[in-house]
Amino acid sequence: MSEGPAIGRDEWVARADEIIERHRLLGLADRVPGWARLLAFVVAVAAIPLITDDGYVNSVVFDTLVFCLLALGLNVAVGWGGLLDLGYIAFFGFGAYTYAILSSDKFGLHLTSPLVLVIVLVLGALLGFLVGLPSWRLVGDYLAIVTLFAYQIFISLVTNGHDLFGVDLTGGVNGISDLDPFDVFGFELPVSHRGIFNSNYVYVALVLFVAVFGALHLINHSRIGRAWRALREDTLAAELMGMPTDWLKLLAFAFGASVAAMTGSLFASLKIGVFPETFSLTLLITVYAMLILGGVGSQTGAVLGAVVVYVFLEALRNADVSGWVFYLAVVLALLYLLRPRWMVAVVLAATVAFGFVAHAVAGAIDESWTAGAPPDAGAVTRALDVWVAIPASPGDAKPVAYVVLIALLLVTTVVTGVRRYALLVPTLYLAAFVWETVLAPQPDVTRFALLGALLVGIMITRPWGILGERRVEIV
Amino acid sequence: MSDRPLLELRGVSMAFGGLRCLDGLDLHVGHGEIVSVIGPNGAGKTTLFNLITGVYEPTSGDILFEGRSITGLPPHRIAQLGIARTFQTLRLFLNMSVRENVMAAAYGHTKAGVFRSMLRTPGMRREEKEIRELAEKRLAFFGDRLVGYRWDQPAYSLSYANRRRLEIARATATNPKLLLLDEPAAGMNPVETREITELIAKLREEGGYTILVIEHDMHVVEGISDRVVALDHGVKIAEGSFEEVATDPRVIEAYLGARAVERT
Repeated sequence: MSEGPAIGRDEWVARADEIIERHRLLGLADRVPGWARLLAFVVAVAAIPLITDDGYVNSVVFDTLVFCLLALGLNVAVGWGGLLDLGYIAFFGFGAYTYAILSSDKFGLHLTSPLVLVIVLVLGALLGFLVGLPSWRLVGDYLAIVTLFAYQIFISLVTNGHDLFGVDLTGGVNGISDLDPFDVFGFELPVSHRGIFNSNYVYVALVLFVAVFGALHLINHSRIGRAWRALREDTLAAELMGMPTDWLKLLAFAFGASVAAMTGSLFASLKIGVFPETFSLTLLITVYAMLILGGVGSQTGAVLGAVVVYVFLEALRNADVSGWVFYLAVVLALLYLLRPRWMVAVVLAATVAFGFVAHAVAGAIDESWTAGAPPDAGAVTRALDVWVAIPASPGDAKPVAYVVLIALLLVTTVVTGVRRYALLVPTLYLAAFVWETVLAPQPDVTRFALLGALLVGIMITRPWGILGERRVEIV
Repeated sequence: MSDRPLLELRGVSMAFGGLRCLDGLDLHVGHGEIVSVIGPNGAGKTTLFNLITGVYEPTSGDILFEGRSITGLPPHRIAQLGIARTFQTLRLFLNMSVRENVMAAAYGHTKAGVFRSMLRTPGMRREEKEIRELAEKRLAFFGDRLVGYRWDQPAYSLSYANRRRLEIARATATNPKLLLLDEPAAGMNPVETREITELIAKLREEGGYTILVIEHDMHVVEGISDRVVALDHGVKIAEGSFEEVATDPRVIEAYLGARAVERT
């Protein structure tokens, strides 16, 4: 294999063989057919409610499936059609509000949920056509701006929808409450049993997930899917090869919109009510992050991205987990950045030694400087209490330490050689201090910062996402 | 076959603001003919292709294909009627496989819609198989250059000459009657250039296409053309056999300047 390309075979083929060979050695991942991977995922998800009746775990599983569906829908317009759609969450909200209107006391309508899903599928597609219309004239950033306006129009409409020409349609900022739970032709699924999440919702979401995943897979491997990808690559060439690109763009928008709207209905059926602030830009960015992380254009990637990001975000609510993630991330970053690799061990050892000295010195000056972690801190923090000098009341030290840390980090990028290694030691120690005093106590902010760090890390090493296809823009 | 030409341009003009790229151009291409369009850079050759394929709509004049006006039709309709083209600056679907590039171009003459695709009806499966076979057949036209392991390579991994070949294969997958080739030999080495000359003749022979070609390489033009049309500043300055056009003083002037004509 190592003799290089043989005569009559070009480098690409030689390399392809090598890659195939390596995969054969590494494992089965690539040889497992798509349906088997889907089946494995479905079985694994379906097993969770059987293993545990923990309501929190099952509700996380449900929400993860909701995000999987959202990422799959977004992938149609963005990944296959190449159309940057920033109005996507409006479709999700539209589905949720439509469910609320058709299935609550608001107008006394109590339609059965499958019927609502069909209505939402059709209306969502129509809305997708409408929002997709600007794509006839606009591409790229310009289309993104206009679709973002479409999202703003949606938010304005639902926020002021308590008085639309004298009709109270959406309940304004108060939203619509007391929605019917999901029901299948009269057979109702109560949201909770004695306060515990009804795990049957996981199965409802799973059925929708399989249906959507399968339908999108089939459409992608048909002439329409090929045409979508062709128009993503070169719209003019696609048009000149006989593909009606305007229609195909609308179709891509409609598919994404239908999926998002149905997901919205499913999501609403579980909630007490729907409110405008649920459909925030943060949600949009999160779904985009999932798709980009997993790999734009890949269905498996979209699902993987949704699972990774959502489970990651949920897990980081726990101080123990976030502590581990932070320190692990620091070590991984050092491994990635420092050469030769054994320097990592040297720097870490020096940091540990530096920490004990700093802790002892601080303790000797004033007992209260090392008075320690708050009692509700995680296990990692308590374990590190002998090493990181955590004052009883950090107070002003916190912002100062934060600013100094950023300054030190910047300086380490400028200096070279031994000085950089020497500087890294106090920098790492300060990072631990800042983490324990500033970041760890605020998981709601920190978890998004850590997600950002994860995204940056993956985008540097794999710009096309975990499972995305490597893209070449200009050759 | 009627004796009406396959493609006919009647007094076609194109202006971008004050810039007249084509001025009252009359042109006809008969069934089975190979016609070359030559002219210096900026003469309006590619604009002519863009007008025929519907990228632009002419400012005035009419374009007829099989006796029917195609002026103002959207490009994909024109492609479906039977006009396909390649591009001077290659425009492949770079991140799709070689085979998919060709399969995508079969869109216009295939039917399976959204629902049939999602339900995988027998008709849809049959059609999909036909598209795949069509693509492999079109790629096999170039010998063993674009077959076998190349089918699944992404288009961006191809060499320049192979990309030009893939563009031609993709254009023929639309099942055209008229094939517009925009500088098929540009950027090719002498061997490849000779090959493309033979290839264009073979395209007509085996595919039955009528061909309109823009080319700068005079060896290619001489080798393939039934008729040559010379353009300069958007006006037709000469038309006829290669010898007639190549010796026409106006053509020599357009290419080499007025003093060159005096010397001959």
